[in-house]
Amino acid sequence: MGLTVVYFAWVREGVGRDEEQVERPAAGATVADLIAMLAARGGGYAEALGDPARLRAAIDQHFVPLDTAIGNAREVAIFPPVTGG
Amino acid sequence: MRRVSIQAEDFDVAAELAALEALGGGGVASFTGVVRGEGGLIALELEQYPAMTQAQVERIVEEAWGRWPLLGVSVIHRFGRLEPGARIVFVGTASRHRTAALESCAFLIDWLKSQAPFWKKEYFGDGATAWVEARAEDEARARGWGDVC
Repeated sequence: MGLTVVYFAWVREGVGRDEEQVERPAAGATVADLIAMLAARGGGYAEALGDPARLRAAIDQHFVPLDTAIGNAREVAIFPPVTGG
Repeated sequence: MRRVSIQAEDFDVAAELAALEALGGGGVASFTGVVRGEGGLIALELEQYPAMTQAQVERIVEEAWGRWPLLGVSVIHRFGRLEPGARIVFVGTASRHRTAALESCAFLIDWLKSQAPFWKKEYFGDGATAWVEARAEDEARARGWGDVC
């Protein structure tokens, strides 16, 4: 089963899409591993995802630290720190 | 009464306050956030994570509900394109105790700023755009209330 990755704000603009299906990373892989895998595609991906310190994430619509394992999650979201309110 | 609405449309502050006042607690506190037209800003675009926003804001309200003796909470957060002077967000709380109403209102707006999945993009009159960056001060204020959800 694949994994849905969704992007928001300047991450979305940088990668040039708001959502995509990717091959599920190896067992035990974390969000940080997924980000590194995507950044390795180069281009806009490298630009938007090259500095994980600027990124935040959610797994199945819950905020998580980047070192969280993806496990059997259906959706991972990658985005900048939120600025609501 | 717990009300969370994530919406594009404007809202009626007087009606929201009246609903909280009608709960009979005797104390109602509120905060309204409005778009500032500084530095040549002509619009703000608020992006959200539609699959997550409602549930996450409900979790934040649940947290406030557990911390203070509240009779009512109303949170409205808009998304989409908003011009200077437009209302962005409303937080209202009702309680029998003024401290509970005031503190929970401050807590809710602090957590909405750093724990709700919204992102603001600024549009300026000269054609420039910029994503608003999270402020360390806002994250620190949110953490000041304890562990985040």
